[in-house]
Amino acid sequence: MISHIQVYDPPMCCSTGICGTNIDPDLINFAAMLAQFTQRGAKVDRYNLSQQAIAFAQHPAVQELLRAEGTECLPLVFCDGVLRMKGRYPTQEERREWVRDFAAKEEAK
Amino acid sequence: MNALPRYQPDPATAMRYLFFTGKGGVGKTSLSCATALRLAEAGKRVLLVSTDPASNLDEVLETKLTNHPTPIPGVSGLDALNINPVEAAAAYRERLIGPMRGILPESALRSMEEQLSGSCTVEIAAFDEFAGLIGDAASVASYDHIVFDTAPTGHTLRLMSLAKAWDQFLDDNQSGTSCLGPLAGLEKQRAIYEAAVVTLADPQLTTLVLVSRPQRASLREAQRTSLELQQLGVTQQQLVINGSFTTDCPHDALSQAMQELGRRALEQARDFIASLPSFLVPLKAINILGVAGLRKLLENEQSDVTSLQKKEWQAPPMLRLSEIVDELEKHGRGVIMTMGKGGVGKTTVAAAIAVSLAKRGHAVHLSTTDPAAHVAQTLDGQMDGLTLSKIDPAEETAAYTATVMAEQSAHLDESARALLEEDLRSPCTEEIAVFRAFAREVAQGEKGFVVLDTAPTGHTLLLLDASEAYQRELERQTGTSQPEEVLRLLERLRDPHYTSMLLVAVPEATPIHEAAALQEDLRRARIEPFAWVMNQSLLGCGTCDPLLMRREESEHRFLTEVAQKHAKRVAWLPWQAEEPVGLAALLALSESKTS
Repeated sequence: MISHIQVYDPPMCCSTGICGTNIDPDLINFAAMLAQFTQRGAKVDRYNLSQQAIAFAQHPAVQELLRAEGTECLPLVFCDGVLRMKGRYPTQEERREWVRDFAAKEEAK
Repeated sequence: MNALPRYQPDPATAMRYLFFTGKGGVGKTSLSCATALRLAEAGKRVLLVSTDPASNLDEVLETKLTNHPTPIPGVSGLDALNINPVEAAAAYRERLIGPMRGILPESALRSMEEQLSGSCTVEIAAFDEFAGLIGDAASVASYDHIVFDTAPTGHTLRLMSLAKAWDQFLDDNQSGTSCLGPLAGLEKQRAIYEAAVVTLADPQLTTLVLVSRPQRASLREAQRTSLELQQLGVTQQQLVINGSFTTDCPHDALSQAMQELGRRALEQARDFIASLPSFLVPLKAINILGVAGLRKLLENEQSDVTSLQKKEWQAPPMLRLSEIVDELEKHGRGVIMTMGKGGVGKTTVAAAIAVSLAKRGHAVHLSTTDPAAHVAQTLDGQMDGLTLSKIDPAEETAAYTATVMAEQSAHLDESARALLEEDLRSPCTEEIAVFRAFAREVAQGEKGFVVLDTAPTGHTLLLLDASEAYQRELERQTGTSQPEEVLRLLERLRDPHYTSMLLVAVPEATPIHEAAALQEDLRRARIEPFAWVMNQSLLGCGTCDPLLMRREESEHRFLTEVAQKHAKRVAWLPWQAEEPVGLAALLALSESKTS
């Protein structure tokens, strides 16, 4: 049941990770999956702390988690308002699950 | 080559916008001031715009400048304003972070701040400030000429020309790309940036003045900038070679060598010099003070040396390089890094220290990144215990860029891909690419001495630290492993028993200011430089050329400043006509017991 995804990315220099020591394949594949969802009609909002801090401040749950756990709690991924991922990006296994959920939602329409 | 004409700005033909560009220390500020003065004295209304962070412009013009036009007393028609790019960047950061204070926790604010502390942000913030002066015609309508002592880099211009893609890009950014962070706080309207870019490329409105020293590296840099900006449409260019030196002392070896060095550099760059209108400005004694001093800069007669008078001056305590090596040797192993802006002699100092340690019986590994420096190759197999390697920044960067593009391209649309490509041309990318090779070399310091002619900036280290904290967390959860050398890098660099950083500079105002900024940046990452090395000093050179004697005297205040204000330890090296190549020359530099 996925129709709205909100991603609050961790404080990397840039969300490609081009400034990191390693490029995280989960991050790239996650991005590809989101692109796919968008094409199929989902609404995806993605925020980077250095660029769109206001979005972090405006989301009460995000703000609360940041206050309690610091930036280590990022990334935070919400699906239809429910926190689905905290502190990392979904693995390959988990991505399959997300895709299945999405397909189920499409059929339900 | 000496047939080149003197630089004489012509009020009848000068363009409305004049931009002076060149590396720090080539004399952009003095030349742009002198040009503005010349135009104003010919009856024009002139606005001089400086971005000199050292702000010695106040001293030069004997006027307190602000970021609004201030009339210069005694020169009718000349106004000046100074944009401090560091302050502009701070204000710019504050615009983004300020509204979040009290709303987001401290850790989040700190990481935002770090991401907006790079040199890109400073550059973009400066562009933001002066785009208004170029792109918004009304704000400067009352002036005939606007003279800038700096010009945007190709990287900034390309980012700006991609402005059309911004909105669309930020609106539907689902693929998770881009270092657009520094652009997020741009304040002026997009129309102004676009107008600024168009104006820069208009040959009826704008002249770009490339400023170079009569030195090989400096001329190469000018040529590189010239080509890059030409490709961006900035075709109306001039070259001013500042500080050309001729001596009347036929028996003075040092002044003869300096004259010959300049002659050869111009000879080698003759195709480039012939490709655009090129001019000379003769070397002057350094301290140009007041409007009278500025006028002299472009005057034809040899500079005034009659006022030469020996002032009493007590040299600050400075060490020989061999004494620095004595100290470094005590650690028994570890990493030694030389750091500084291009052309100050980082590679020479690194190589001299390496051969010196090897001579004393230590296992030493020397790694150089300067592809133009042959110093390392000449040492190959010359000495027991000394091994060599090379990091080619261009190769590392190309490989890294190709990898990133290959991985990312598939899920980016065209405008996003163009932006990512531009992101990757940022100076940070080279640092990151070199960094990976670098981490490997630093780890070797566990076994013996490792000497490197480069070091990452504090900004890069802090960014990487942030991304590593995330990586470490990821590993804890997934069990994958990061190389030990990368994980321990920052810890090693912060350990004064493991790592010694040497800041290399020449005793002139701008290079020292730039080195001090590098030091500040390292301190933010909690790394304290071990020593400063003042290279290419004329102190005690025994010249009888009156101009060089004045230059020697002008070093006094800079050497004192470094010893008293900036450095824990200062090492000193004399001026050398040639880059020392080979074992004997390097040992002479590092083991010399006299200074």
